Amino acid sequence: MSFWYNQVPMEENFNSGHLACQGCGATIAMRFALKALGTNTVVVIPACCWTIIDGAFPAHAIKVPLFHTAFETAAVVASGIKSGLRIRGKGDVTVMAWAGDGGTFDIGIQALSGAAERNEDIIYVVYDNEAYMNTGIQRSSATPYGAWTTTTPEKHPEDRPKKNIMEILAAHSIPYQATATIAYPEDFIRKFKKARDIRGTRFIHVLSPCPPGWKIPSDVSVKVSRLAVETRVFPLYEIEDYGEKYTINYWPKGLPVKEYLKIQGRFRHLTEDRIEYIQQFVDRQWEKLVLKHKLSHGTLDNIPKNVIYR
Amino acid sequence: MTTAMKKVLTGNNSVSWGVKLSRVQVISAYPITPQTTIVELLSEMVANGELEAEFIKVESEHSAMSAVIGASAAGARAFTATSAQGLALMHEMLHWAAGARLPIVLANVNRAFGPPWSIWTEQTDSLAQRDTGWIQIYVESNQEALDNVILAYKIAEQVNLPVMIVLEAFVLSHTNEPVEIYPQEMVDEFLPPRENPLYVVEPGNNYAVGSLGGPDVYMEWRYKMQKAMERAVDVIKTEGENFGDHFGRKYGLYEGYMLDDADIVLVSAGAFTSTVKYTVKHYRKETGEKVGVLRLRAFRPFPHDALREALCCRKKVAVLDRNISFGHHGIFYSELKSALYRLKDDKRPPMFGYILGLGGRDITPKDIREIIEDVKTREEIEEDIIWKGVKP
Repeated sequence: MSFWYNQVPMEENFNSGHLACQGCGATIAMRFALKALGTNTVVVIPACCWTIIDGAFPAHAIKVPLFHTAFETAAVVASGIKSGLRIRGKGDVTVMAWAGDGGTFDIGIQALSGAAERNEDIIYVVYDNEAYMNTGIQRSSATPYGAWTTTTPEKHPEDRPKKNIMEILAAHSIPYQATATIAYPEDFIRKFKKARDIRGTRFIHVLSPCPPGWKIPSDVSVKVSRLAVETRVFPLYEIEDYGEKYTINYWPKGLPVKEYLKIQGRFRHLTEDRIEYIQQFVDRQWEKLVLKHKLSHGTLDNIPKNVIYR
Repeated sequence: MTTAMKKVLTGNNSVSWGVKLSRVQVISAYPITPQTTIVELLSEMVANGELEAEFIKVESEHSAMSAVIGASAAGARAFTATSAQGLALMHEMLHWAAGARLPIVLANVNRAFGPPWSIWTEQTDSLAQRDTGWIQIYVESNQEALDNVILAYKIAEQVNLPVMIVLEAFVLSHTNEPVEIYPQEMVDEFLPPRENPLYVVEPGNNYAVGSLGGPDVYMEWRYKMQKAMERAVDVIKTEGENFGDHFGRKYGLYEGYMLDDADIVLVSAGAFTSTVKYTVKHYRKETGEKVGVLRLRAFRPFPHDALREALCCRKKVAVLDRNISFGHHGIFYSELKSALYRLKDDKRPPMFGYILGLGGRDITPKDIREIIEDVKTREEIEEDIIWKGVKP
């Protein structure tokens, strides 16, 4: 067993200045991602919080090239960059599209579906803060059931479950998919390194706490990420072998969903029966995931229960 | 020098050959009639290894334009083609390509917008992209289509702006003509691999392209785009002449036909100009009247100075628009009016704007002859649209 300090590279590909809010999950996520991928990488960013976070011209927070593009085009511009580099003899460069949930679940899903279906040689990361945070917290199809946003006010909060983007991508038969959160850096970095060394479309779903949007204090982003995993709201798992092999990376404690909901102001209005409804939904999703793991491995015994770094 | 080979090609396949000879490295496209045969031949060329390129078969035109934006930003020479609805879907990314100063070349096969559904020719689709920052060149023949793909890269890569080559549906796209295909070495001499890109998105170039530009910096970017467009006027002219020296076919900002001594000038763009030329030639022979033709090639940049010089002091100018700007009038007509405004009153010819041939309605020598006769009867501009061929 090795420990976190040699699993998280010392290499820092992020400058000290950026324009994110305090406690922004997407910023910590980018820092970890670039630690894992290194500098033989280029990044494509559509309209999202990261359009701002990297800085206004001529500032540039990350230490790799960045191409900004329109909202719905991250996956296909990354495909084009990859083709351009490959035909110029630079096919070894990692091309990463880095988009929010709006640019992925909603407006960008067509280009993403196209790129995934063609198995373009890109890493596509969605940092999912579960609403249009950059424009001021409007709901997206990644907004979970019951959540408040500025377009789903407390009198009529979000009334549909979050779109299951991992299953949508699994249906595209791509070589690698994973979920990750900033609460588990070793797992996060392992997955990005693994993704870097696989060819074809790789998709990583990062849960990205947003202090102003989730109405949480800026010092609990990591804690809320951990609770998302421990309550099974956001389990850590991988899908390999072109959508066939499911692997749960960590067996959560199975804390009540309420523990996750109650520390976020966006769920403050929820009544007990709504919380129970969410609990049942989360339980059902978890059971299905466990079955898929069992189908892939023939056992549940190989799911780590204490540590998730291997 | 090896001699050129002659082939009978459609307008669309002439474009494909132009792309091949330009050694394009990344192609991305989505099927749409009447463009499709351009990329069908290109995918064959790529699959056969005749063209060393990557072909990204995307799920929409919006993605086709986005893919070539990525490829061009990564330093490759990139191409796409489309028509009408597809061009309109690309619209957002046309702005992005020009704003990112990428020398992409696009072939647009003019097609009328729906509804009602139409696959036939009309110039409104490309003209509606007027303000996207793309250079636009309208061609008349299949040879000109092939030549101008090569020329387009030569121009685009000097001014760092994308170029749209525009040809008409069916009249050109699906009509066969003998076309001269130059030896590859000859094209390579004229058009070397892409040199000195403004930037390349690749490791080592640690900058952000297209990041937030506040009011303190944004305007200068737009100023530079306009300056590049203004420079493009000279580049199109110079490279059109260089092309002539190298390949034996010269291209200008516009083309004059029986223009030098003409009192009445018919102005048009695209393939139906051949019908205009044919009619004018016969009309002159029969009547001896000095009628001439000015065929517009560059629409953006609009060559104001050259056109002012060409049309100064003529007795009458008739503009033939196969397009319309609803609530205004023919688009070439209104552009030309604004260009000639700077002429003194006694030097500025009266102009008459005809709209004809929308949605692919045939434009016949009889139509042109009637327009000439009609122009002769007019002295003052009484109406801004003279409809030709609308059924009662």
